[in-house]
Amino acid sequence: MLTYKVQPKGAVSPGMNTCQGCMIDVIFRNALDVLGDDTVLVIPPGCAAQFSGCGPEASVTVPGIQGNLENSAALATGIVNGFKHQGNEHTHVVVIAGDGGTVDIGLQSLSGAMERNENILYICYDNEAYMNTGIQGSSSTPLAASTTTTPAGKPVNSKDLIQIVMAHHVPYAATASVANIPDLRRKVEKARDIRGCRVLHIMSPCPTGWGYSPAKTVEVAREAINSGAWVLLEYENGKITLGKRPSDLGNVERYFSLQKRFRNAGEEAVRSAGEHIRERYAWLEKMSRL
Amino acid sequence: MPVKLFDGNSAAVESIRLARPGVIAAYPITPQSGIAEHLADEVADGRIRAEYVRVESEHTAMSVAVGAQLTGVRVATATASVGLALMHEVCGVAAGCRVPIVMPVVNRSLVAPWSLWCDHSDTMAERDTGWLQFYCATVQEVLDLTLSAYRIAEHEDVLTPAMVCLDGFFLSHSMQRVDTPPDEDAWDFVKPYVRRNMYLDPKDVMFINALCPTFEHTEMKYQQMVGFGNAARVAKDVFAEFEQRFGRKLHTVESYRLEDAEVAVVTIGSMSGAAKYVVNQLRDRGIRAGMLRICMFRPFPADEIREALKNVKVIGVVDRSSGLGAAQGPVCSEVKAACYGGTTKIFSFIGGIAGRDISDISFRRIFGELLEVKDGKRDSCTCWFDTREDAMDIREVEVPC
Amino acid sequence: MSTPQETRTRTPSTRKVLGPCSHVLVAAHTGSWRSERPKADEALCVRCGTCARYCPTACITVRREGVPLTFDWDYCKGCGICANECPKQALTMIPEGSEEACR
Repeated sequence: MLTYKVQPKGAVSPGMNTCQGCMIDVIFRNALDVLGDDTVLVIPPGCAAQFSGCGPEASVTVPGIQGNLENSAALATGIVNGFKHQGNEHTHVVVIAGDGGTVDIGLQSLSGAMERNENILYICYDNEAYMNTGIQGSSSTPLAASTTTTPAGKPVNSKDLIQIVMAHHVPYAATASVANIPDLRRKVEKARDIRGCRVLHIMSPCPTGWGYSPAKTVEVAREAINSGAWVLLEYENGKITLGKRPSDLGNVERYFSLQKRFRNAGEEAVRSAGEHIRERYAWLEKMSRL
Repeated sequence: MPVKLFDGNSAAVESIRLARPGVIAAYPITPQSGIAEHLADEVADGRIRAEYVRVESEHTAMSVAVGAQLTGVRVATATASVGLALMHEVCGVAAGCRVPIVMPVVNRSLVAPWSLWCDHSDTMAERDTGWLQFYCATVQEVLDLTLSAYRIAEHEDVLTPAMVCLDGFFLSHSMQRVDTPPDEDAWDFVKPYVRRNMYLDPKDVMFINALCPTFEHTEMKYQQMVGFGNAARVAKDVFAEFEQRFGRKLHTVESYRLEDAEVAVVTIGSMSGAAKYVVNQLRDRGIRAGMLRICMFRPFPADEIREALKNVKVIGVVDRSSGLGAAQGPVCSEVKAACYGGTTKIFSFIGGIAGRDISDISFRRIFGELLEVKDGKRDSCTCWFDTREDAMDIREVEVPC
Repeated sequence: MSTPQETRTRTPSTRKVLGPCSHVLVAAHTGSWRSERPKADEALCVRCGTCARYCPTACITVRREGVPLTFDWDYCKGCGICANECPKQALTMIPEGSEEACR
């Protein structure tokens, strides 16, 4: 049925209306490249809904459905069970959702799917706020970050999605970052070949919402890893494996200084953010040694 | 045809079993829980070969249903009350994406106040969601209308989901004799599910439900409207075929002793048995009373209703939901609109809220008022019938000093 | 899945679909957004492919030594990630419409 007016790049339209410097395109292209054509997508509203198309116009070369903001994992559950009933256990059913649709309003349906261990791959690209609707704070927005609903900086830390996921004992979960595409691809490959509910949590900095030059997306994501604000890890069969130890753990000054959203973060906020990062990393390290 | 003893929930399960769904997603809620439980039993015992998804909410139940049916299998789910309210958002998706899901809804009051008992506030709140709505009067009709609903909803000219509404406890927990078709006869009637419109299939790529610009959104709604128009015709055809195959008559609207009636009530759901009983009593006394039961509320059979009621002088429309803030109950609004321009006097009656019985006494009182209007003895009726006189004084508390 | 080539030759008939169905793959002309464009210094480039790997629009093609980098100007948004990430500083952003860019 799909008619091609343009030659896609991989499985994605070459011209996407994502912001200049946004790397959600890179996540889609790499994920779909690894997963192949035998894939069905579920995309809720959000920045990624650019990839759902508009009217008769499509943006990806695989089938999919745009759900509601909170029911991506539930729709994927329906799709995978529909296929299973028809003897199709090979098609990958994949959600690509933002942080709002995952850690806030979509957490219940994701939790249900994880508990039932539905055979789906859930990818959350995390730009740490509701960017598509105008940069409103989400529960993934970090301490001290300014958004249109936390103009003075968010007073509390972000929700720890990956630990929530691990608490559901899924067969595979991992964090990744647009700062390390080979690592991201490897994790999608690994997830592809495991059955059950798999979750990838990918940091995808937002030049528009975070307030930095579009050229710096990868640099900002890399700095998040260096400071430990974003921790690369894998969770497989109950075992946590941490990536390389952050080179500058807990020192967020440089990371913060790259972004306007932290411009009002005072000394106390910087100290508190650093402390939170160090404590969280120490906890994850302890868990990884178990 | 085998006769079985079913309550309304079991009759719903039996009709679902006969329609052979491939995916079932149900979340328990009183008084629907029997459906969720019995469907699980049917799957566990191999009588239904389906994937049973033990969902964590009704919102997810409807989402799973939409996702699964878009892969090309028939699905089953059921709900009630606040569960339906939680589904509301996704009910609109099923309708707008033209996914012809058939869902029994066990009518129960919406909150607040909390209630476990029957009224139609749940399904009436969904009346403009884009679903067909059928209201059952008996447990037999639960089975018959559910089987028929698959044929109507899935028809290529309709492609519109359907709610089969059965009154909580009055039908869901009422054991009745039910003529049940043999499996093969029922399957021959319902037929296998065929994907006719949009679907998810990597071999035939389309993206479903992307943002729809204003320049074609009106047209998408127009398409749904046409589907409803076709549903009225298809329902007639399906009911005729059903009668031919199984010998039982189903209705969009059921006229009862209306031919020469001067006064009549319009009913919906399980209250209709009591209404018929009172009509018979009045007829025995020489009073020309009648009844019209609305079985198909969406699409609303306005022409049939106008035709059936055209010679009646005074009509009372009995709503089992409060229609708060409206000029009358929701069913009455529609009946009045259907009869607009005629000389018939139409009055709204609201009662049976949250399990309060609409008994023969209620109908005798309603008919009494309608007859007084006919005879020129009064020109209004008691809209909120069977309401306690101390309604405004139920709670009186001490004020702290 | 059908390839573009197959789709053109293999569509024997049409059918009507009701409801919101997207079925025509299109692209936004994002090249028009550009206020700057990357320019490569071929002498500095070591063909590592970092620019292509991180380019959001997959606009950069890196071939073997001696063959210049090519850019898909129809879609390059001019974000500058390629220049920022190049380990050899072989890419610089120059103003769109400048004499240099037009060469």
